[in-house]
Amino acid sequence: MRKSKALLFEMSRPGRRGYSLPSNDVPEKSLDELLPRKAQRSEPLELPELSEVGVVRHYTELSTRNFGVDTGFYPLGSCTMKYNPKINEEVAVLPGFAFMHPCQPEETTQGALELLYNFEQGLKELTAMDRFTMQPAAGAHGELTGLMVIQAYHRSRGDHNRNKVLIPLSAHGTNPATVSMAGYEVVQIPCDDRGLVDLDALKEAVDETTAALMLTNPSTLGLFEEEIIPMAKAVHEVGGLLYYDGANLNAIMGYTRPGDMGFDVVHLNIHKTLSTPHGGGGPGSGPVGVKERLIPFLPVPLVSKEEDRFYLDYDVPETIGKMHSFYGNFGVAIKAYTYMRMMGAEGLKEASTDAVINANYLMSLLKKTYYVPYDRICKHEFIVSAKPEKKKGAGAGDIAKALLDRNFHPPTVYFPLIVDEALMIEPNDTEAKETLDAFAATMEQIAKDIDEDAEKVAHGPYNTVVGRLDEVRAVRNPVLIWQKDKE
Amino acid sequence: MGYNIIDGVKYTKKHEWARQEGNEAVVGLSDYAQDKLGEIVFVELPDVGTEVEAGKGSAVIESVKAVADLYAPADGTITEVNEALLDQPEVINSDPYGEGWVYKMELKNESQMDELMDKPAYEKFVVEEDEK
Amino acid sequence: MGGKHYLPLTDEDRREMLAEIGVSSVEDLFSDIPREVRLQRELELPSPLSEYEAFKHLNELASKNKHFNNCVSFMGAGVYDHFIPAVIKHITGRSEFYTSYTPYQPEISQGVLQAIFEYQTMICQLTGMEVANASMYDGGTAVAEGAVMGCGATRRSKVLVSRSVSPLYRAVLDNYFNSRGLEVEEIPIKDGYTDRSELENKMGDDIATVILQQPNFFGLVEDMEGIADMVHGHKAVLLVSADPLSLPLLQAPSEYGADIVVGEGQGLGVPASFGGPLLGIMAAKSKFVRQMPGRIAGETVDSEGNRGYVLTLQTREQHIRREKAPSNICSNEALVALGAAVYMAAMGPQGMREVAEQCLQKAAYARESITALKGYDDVYAGSTFKEFTVTVPGDPAELNKKLLEKNILGGVDLAPFYPELKNAMLFAVTEKRTKEEIDTLVRELEGWK
Repeated sequence: MRKSKALLFEMSRPGRRGYSLPSNDVPEKSLDELLPRKAQRSEPLELPELSEVGVVRHYTELSTRNFGVDTGFYPLGSCTMKYNPKINEEVAVLPGFAFMHPCQPEETTQGALELLYNFEQGLKELTAMDRFTMQPAAGAHGELTGLMVIQAYHRSRGDHNRNKVLIPLSAHGTNPATVSMAGYEVVQIPCDDRGLVDLDALKEAVDETTAALMLTNPSTLGLFEEEIIPMAKAVHEVGGLLYYDGANLNAIMGYTRPGDMGFDVVHLNIHKTLSTPHGGGGPGSGPVGVKERLIPFLPVPLVSKEEDRFYLDYDVPETIGKMHSFYGNFGVAIKAYTYMRMMGAEGLKEASTDAVINANYLMSLLKKTYYVPYDRICKHEFIVSAKPEKKKGAGAGDIAKALLDRNFHPPTVYFPLIVDEALMIEPNDTEAKETLDAFAATMEQIAKDIDEDAEKVAHGPYNTVVGRLDEVRAVRNPVLIWQKDKE
Repeated sequence: MGYNIIDGVKYTKKHEWARQEGNEAVVGLSDYAQDKLGEIVFVELPDVGTEVEAGKGSAVIESVKAVADLYAPADGTITEVNEALLDQPEVINSDPYGEGWVYKMELKNESQMDELMDKPAYEKFVVEEDEK
Repeated sequence: MGGKHYLPLTDEDRREMLAEIGVSSVEDLFSDIPREVRLQRELELPSPLSEYEAFKHLNELASKNKHFNNCVSFMGAGVYDHFIPAVIKHITGRSEFYTSYTPYQPEISQGVLQAIFEYQTMICQLTGMEVANASMYDGGTAVAEGAVMGCGATRRSKVLVSRSVSPLYRAVLDNYFNSRGLEVEEIPIKDGYTDRSELENKMGDDIATVILQQPNFFGLVEDMEGIADMVHGHKAVLLVSADPLSLPLLQAPSEYGADIVVGEGQGLGVPASFGGPLLGIMAAKSKFVRQMPGRIAGETVDSEGNRGYVLTLQTREQHIRREKAPSNICSNEALVALGAAVYMAAMGPQGMREVAEQCLQKAAYARESITALKGYDDVYAGSTFKEFTVTVPGDPAELNKKLLEKNILGGVDLAPFYPELKNAMLFAVTEKRTKEEIDTLVRELEGWK
């Protein structure tokens, strides 16, 4: 069953066509009349030439070499790979949404603006924030937007000495990268034995140079930061702000809200919490919400309403400017809005409830076989450390490969960095108990396999379309595009 | 686990080694460090003439999924870099104390070398690190 | 009711599971949330809708909007009404693709990985570059991150950007740079083109990146001759934002010495979707690959020697390099890039050239017909590709209102972007427009005022 798949370029035949265009019906001029000769392309365009059926078969075969949520269980920690409702896909491609130009006159976009406006109202209620921008195209983009807003706020107060952003050691890599991108310095805050942010260390670290604390709550360990109130107090007391990374909001909808915990800025990953698909890596969407005092700094335009009319609002006095060419990933917002309307308040809370039940249930099954470093009630996800298995000869990465052979997508591996041989497991709300039981049984079997023949596990997978790929070679001799003469 | 820890060089707590030659030191990554990093695929070398500070990043060593700073063992100035590593960074894996040296530096204060660990001290240190 | 059918746990399941966990109630699972921050009421959201009710509601909202299927569009400024082959929706609608995450487990992600590798290749074939990434968010963020790449490669902190680069992109660039403490200086325009002598005056050894757009925001084809030599003479980087659909006809940016090529890929079969999701294209000469943000797929072999693909050079990225990463980008526009790859594969070199030629011919016809009218004149003379600017005899908003009565989405008003340009509009004409549609537009313009 192992085989490579031919590339488009290798299937190309000169003269073959996969398109149909109307013919040109305006009086034609010579190319040289319309374009200076020296601006014209001289190198021939080397794209592949295929028939339409050839294109369809190629990509259909590629799709069979890919694993999605619709294929099977996908407990990828912190990614919230929940089921993507099909109605979302149907409504997002309605011509009245999909074929709108962003510069259309306002009277022709009222439906779209109404949707964005009402979606914002829902997000405000969900997070206890006062205003949202939909411009950020992904979570990381939201983080950057949020920090820029924080920066603009401090600068507007003549407060120019705040050059540090605090982040816990367990944070996603996007947090420190964002901090640098916004021109800030990262200050890492350690975690205590319970896996929670070390409050004393935090108190020690905050001062008048603190711009903000960035926090994911529940954390990447799946633990709720119980000391959030004193943490927020410590940051606010020195004039800093609190930034909420919404990656893990799926655990707490309807139970608690970032705004009520003391956060000033929030980004949501609506492709996680609000069910929109990840698309093999995107598009996502990362709306950013802020408390009242930060509204004047949000990117333009916002969506506002006056009587019955919705409009793009550029009247944001101290705006940071623009984060996106237009208004963000509208097409993704449609899907999240649809999900929110279908779930309602009760449904969203139940989703969080089930996500937390599933995580705790799976943890209690797995801890019979595996080492769980933070063995306490978790929220949406939990961590297993394969350090003992590693000593036997097969670690977290090998367990992941063994899961591939059994038609499960593996958990996130080697993250968070503060746990050796980490497997970060997030079963989410759309999985049935039988699925979790089957996964736990498989994990138990893998543990047995490691006991019996760790070497074999360390060389998997065995049943996939390609075997373990040589990533070292891919870096040492980078082949990043297909080249005609190289084949 | 058995790591090759050799005599005649000093070690830092960040797993660099340094061998003093007059008022210069040759600097590289210990066997323990190269083992932990895995197959090394890229090395970013400092420019000759760069002033480095003890304990501060002075070169970057990368494996497929990790990036490690090589911290300077002492204060000083870079006098020579091992350009062969640019093409064959894997030499650090195969010969960390020999062909895999990273740079040479002029020591600003030779006494700083005394603060580094010798072979027995480093052996003990590595065992402790592994148990963490 | 509503969407609870997405939650498979039954009450019986929940009871059994709580027992296994060893707690007596759901409440016990949330007892770690301090009372003071617990929401003491239910969320106040509109009542849940069933699937059909949701469809009806969304359909009602959609029907309040005008769009390319019930209007004739002459709008551009980065987003266009190009033809979208039917195959794209069917491929991107394969749920093995759209319900997957970033391909960190390559053995079960060969589909997406190979598709990205092919996308990268085709972007390089179009631009003449040697490496491309798996996508950025949009044209604007691609410009900003490309400019940062130049700063990283040169270890300098100031960039020059032509005023003929899209003002929307420059706004994003300003924002990114202002926050980071990097500097942006504008190169003025002369008759709609980048002012060459101003560029030379401002050029110096402190400049990291020079940013131009081809065709520029006014649709004009910039004269690129000699620019790269001048920029390289200062060891700086030339970044060009290019319309990918112009490239079958216009010089590949490699031909005039560009180092980094970015652009908005929406024209490659991507629905306009009110401006998002779009597709940020990013490609470069291979020597810049280590400064390149985002994901990159590379070819390798498996344990048995079979060819396969992985995400590679990952140490550039935030999940490994953390605060030292050149960018924080994680999620990108992968599915949109997949759609663009399908577009390029289906259209091929012939189809893309035909699209470009028809854009060129039809826009030229429209421009000639409009500027022949009394009161309508070229804002700028010179060769254009698929967009052009004209002064109109009155307020562009009023004109657009009138055109809308005939279901025409008119041009984009330039005044908000270039206050010096009063009563000036940017029109775009794609391969989808017919002679009749263009003639109708011209008649309506003629009858106005």
